[in-house]
Amino acid sequence: MPSLKSLKMRITSVKSTQKITKAMKMVAAAKLRRAQEAAEAARPYSVRMAAVMASLASRVTVGPESPRLLAGTGKDQVHLLVVCSSERGLAGGFNSNIAKLARRTMDELLGQGKTVKLLFVGKKARAPFARTHKDLIVGTIDMTHIKNVGFADAKSVADEVVARFEAGEFDVAHLFFSTFKSALTQEPTRLQIIPAALPAGGAAGADASVEYEPDEESILADLLPKNLAVQVFRALLENAASEQGSRMTAMDSATRNAGDMINKLSITYNRTRQAAITKELIEIISGAEAL
Amino acid sequence: MAELLDFELVSPERRLAKAKVAMVVVPGVEGDFGVLPGHAPMMSTIRPGAIAIHEADGGPATMRFFIDGGFAEVTETGLTILAEKATPVAEIDVAAVATQLAAARQAGDDAAIARLEAMQAAVTN
Repeated sequence: MPSLKSLKMRITSVKSTQKITKAMKMVAAAKLRRAQEAAEAARPYSVRMAAVMASLASRVTVGPESPRLLAGTGKDQVHLLVVCSSERGLAGGFNSNIAKLARRTMDELLGQGKTVKLLFVGKKARAPFARTHKDLIVGTIDMTHIKNVGFADAKSVADEVVARFEAGEFDVAHLFFSTFKSALTQEPTRLQIIPAALPAGGAAGADASVEYEPDEESILADLLPKNLAVQVFRALLENAASEQGSRMTAMDSATRNAGDMINKLSITYNRTRQAAITKELIEIISGAEAL
Repeated sequence: MAELLDFELVSPERRLAKAKVAMVVVPGVEGDFGVLPGHAPMMSTIRPGAIAIHEADGGPATMRFFIDGGFAEVTETGLTILAEKATPVAEIDVAAVATQLAAARQAGDDAAIARLEAMQAAVTN
């Protein structure tokens, strides 16, 4: 039986932990709202961009002379996995879910005899790979200093990926991030970004008379890197919202757990206290009887 | 003329403007072009420069944005500009642009020089 004093101390300690998790939940909820607004505000651009890409795709046939970002290098030997995670922990399964999906893909590719390279955006998903596959990691992009993701940040990530592609470091690139479904569910997602997977031109008939200035190929060559940056930007925004959502859920259940624990400890504390009083009483009474 | 053009200016971070206007003059890579209601559908990349928005038919340009490269799409219904970065011309800091331009000239950064010169031209016009 633990002593009364140590029980009391544990209750105090759990209570202050509960205060912290409660505050973290509140902060995450506020940040989540902001992240969702940012994601919402970015939607028109990416929707328009996707529409433009689709209508261009219906006009251009992919051939060997197409831009390499679209046609690829003609091989699929070296794969680059761009894994986006957060910079901070305590976000439930957020980071490990992304890492798990990336690891599954990596194992699959390695099993097929491909070469895999890993590029991390945000350091949290890096740790599990740093232990087992240190030699595969080609870089980590630090996002610690960035409070709210801006397009410029996404662009610098995209530029780095494109620069590595131009240097012939890899043939295929996949982007890993977490899609925000709701505060309770976030889905780890894999997206192929190089070669660009163009949406099949569904509404091709309507654009038949569109004029292009300059010609389609130059526009496409100009747009492909931009489209990549937009995809990265979207991934980072989704990630930011998912991280906060996941943290909010995790901290909510941590707060509840702490509450349960306080209840249990209080019961034990009260029982112990009562037992001690009873014991003292018995001692006094039996002492008096013995006289 | 009652007919107006649906104009939308979006940057990756947010939608900057959405309005019904009479005319927009866009600096395309192959020359400036004006878009009026009923313009034939077209797509064009934009060089760094100012877009001028004329809200009233035949009136002066009421809004001007400096676009740092982007993309214009004209459909049957309107004009959408996808700008990587857009700044209202009135908010451009002339002195800051001048110092940046001097720095770019010193560094010999041709892309930055062209961009900043276009920005200066947008302010003076």
